[in-house]
Amino acid sequence: MADDTRTGKAEREIRDVWITPDEAPDWMRHATDEGAQTMRQDESEQRLVEQTGVRVDDDYVLDDEIPEDERMIINMGPQHPSTHGVLRLQIELEGEIVRRVKPIIGYLHTGMEKTGESLMYMQGGTNVTRMDYLAPLFNELVFSLATEKLLGVEIPPRAQAIRILMTELNRATSHLVALATQGMDIGALSMMLYGFRERELILAFFEKTTGLRMNHNYIRPGGVAADLPDGWEEDIEEIIERIPVGVADYEDLLKANPIWEGRTRGVGVISAEECLAYGITGPPLRATGVDLDLRKTQPYSGIDRYEFDVAVGSNGDAYDRYRIRVQEILQSLRIVQQVANQMPAGDYRTDDRKVTPPPRQRIDESMEALIHHFKLFTEGFKVPEGETYVAIESPRGEIGCYLVSDGSAKPYRIHIRAPSFANLQGLPIMLADSLVADSVATIASVDAVMGDVDR
Amino acid sequence: MADQPVNEEEAGEEATGVPERPLPEHPVLAGLFKLFDDVAWQRSGDQDTAVVPKDQVPDFALAARRAGFEMLVDVTAVDYLRVRRVRFEVVVGLLSLAHNIRLRLRVPVPADDPTVPSLVAVYPGANFFERETFDMFGIIFDDHPDLTRILMPDDWVGHPLRKDFATGAVPVQFKSSPQVT
Repeated sequence: MADDTRTGKAEREIRDVWITPDEAPDWMRHATDEGAQTMRQDESEQRLVEQTGVRVDDDYVLDDEIPEDERMIINMGPQHPSTHGVLRLQIELEGEIVRRVKPIIGYLHTGMEKTGESLMYMQGGTNVTRMDYLAPLFNELVFSLATEKLLGVEIPPRAQAIRILMTELNRATSHLVALATQGMDIGALSMMLYGFRERELILAFFEKTTGLRMNHNYIRPGGVAADLPDGWEEDIEEIIERIPVGVADYEDLLKANPIWEGRTRGVGVISAEECLAYGITGPPLRATGVDLDLRKTQPYSGIDRYEFDVAVGSNGDAYDRYRIRVQEILQSLRIVQQVANQMPAGDYRTDDRKVTPPPRQRIDESMEALIHHFKLFTEGFKVPEGETYVAIESPRGEIGCYLVSDGSAKPYRIHIRAPSFANLQGLPIMLADSLVADSVATIASVDAVMGDVDR
Repeated sequence: MADQPVNEEEAGEEATGVPERPLPEHPVLAGLFKLFDDVAWQRSGDQDTAVVPKDQVPDFALAARRAGFEMLVDVTAVDYLRVRRVRFEVVVGLLSLAHNIRLRLRVPVPADDPTVPSLVAVYPGANFFERETFDMFGIIFDDHPDLTRILMPDDWVGHPLRKDFATGAVPVQFKSSPQVT
């Protein structure tokens, strides 16, 4: 790489990233190439054009007013600890001011939608639960709801109540992590410990119920995998008692803390119109004052039976997003309390033997049960032909599942509409013309989970 | 209620010669579909879908946005290889907060000309979703400002979610490591 001496590395990077390949002289190409650097340069360029059909120029226009030596492009991530995973931001700086941001994603792409096409519906839960790893139960729920919609099966009331109970607890854990990491990013390190302390309570309950702390595969088409464990009422009682105590700690620590307010108020501002235009949902949207919460507007699994308030902000900044998460934790616990009080008796999964396997003891007694069991676990259940889109409110916004069935036991196409993926599109707006130090606070307040983004 | 007379007028017109076309019950959707003769309304399960010819996609999306669909929630595609005559179908999800309804656009895209007009000008949020669809299916969105791969590496060959893209082991080439074959 003798060329490094001719121009600065930074400039080469700028050109490689922003210039069109056709304009660039040969020596400039592949300065930041992801893969093969030296081998088959011309070949790969040509193949790329063949494959992609077009190479579209970026819309970057040099601003002549800014002297060349004051403009700098830095890459934040994908290994930066404050990007919460493998998010890479290409930030164009003018001194301390962020002028332009381009989120670059895909570092955690594992082809889950492709994998989903080769898994039976019963196995699908294990796949989708790994997408948004902080809110796995929401992934499972949306996948199950979509499958059930195509199947047309009725879910017993107890299964629905358990689903709501578990997902609302999951919302609390997800927001606790969001608060904890947001605190850590801004410098409130005790918040990190507090958030994870309370989360542990709920995760212990998850472990007791589902067997795992994350990636549960607990909510399945037809119901849930197992009934709540013995003594679940006491566990829920303890959770409902102790989490608000923890939340009170956070309020003491952060709510009127001048440093916290200084770091979050007026930071990462986005307007309601911009949110709608960019498809941004969840706390970032509600922080702008739009009260879109699918639990209210398009209720699922009987969540409309429980009382709760939708937390709404007004300024659309990082502080409002933080406030909304705190309130949503408390509202989720309110729902959990009501579910626990009104938990209906009955079956925790549908008794449709074409969808759920028979109980173990029935297999010894009934030939038919044995056949059903065998058929279910070898062939899976067949889902009628059709397509559907189901959306629910995950901690990060609208998570949707577009499912196409061709009548076989495996989905023809499964697509998850990831809330983090859409919310990331708001980052360039939130970060434009802000200080570079605020970018960390903003990224934390959006709370994108890269597993959800890249899938 | 204000839409009631319009509906009756429309029904009268249809009776006098225009071939009858099923229209959705919801007044907002009915008004939207009346503007486009070539857009077919279909009920899929209990959800409203519109089968839109690809050259009318931006016009229809713009009319939908004006009719109250503020938000584009999703763009994806399905590869109906050897299932349907037209291989691809681009699927766009719209959400109206004002009317609390959803509408799904389905755009058939032939394999020999896999291009669709981009919706970025109408809904800026289509940007990432269209890049993902392009990345995964090789469907080219015309007039997209930055149609590059988003999830797969830049030098990846092929489009993984196509049905003729097989799953299986791919030798992983790490940067500056000797090539593995």
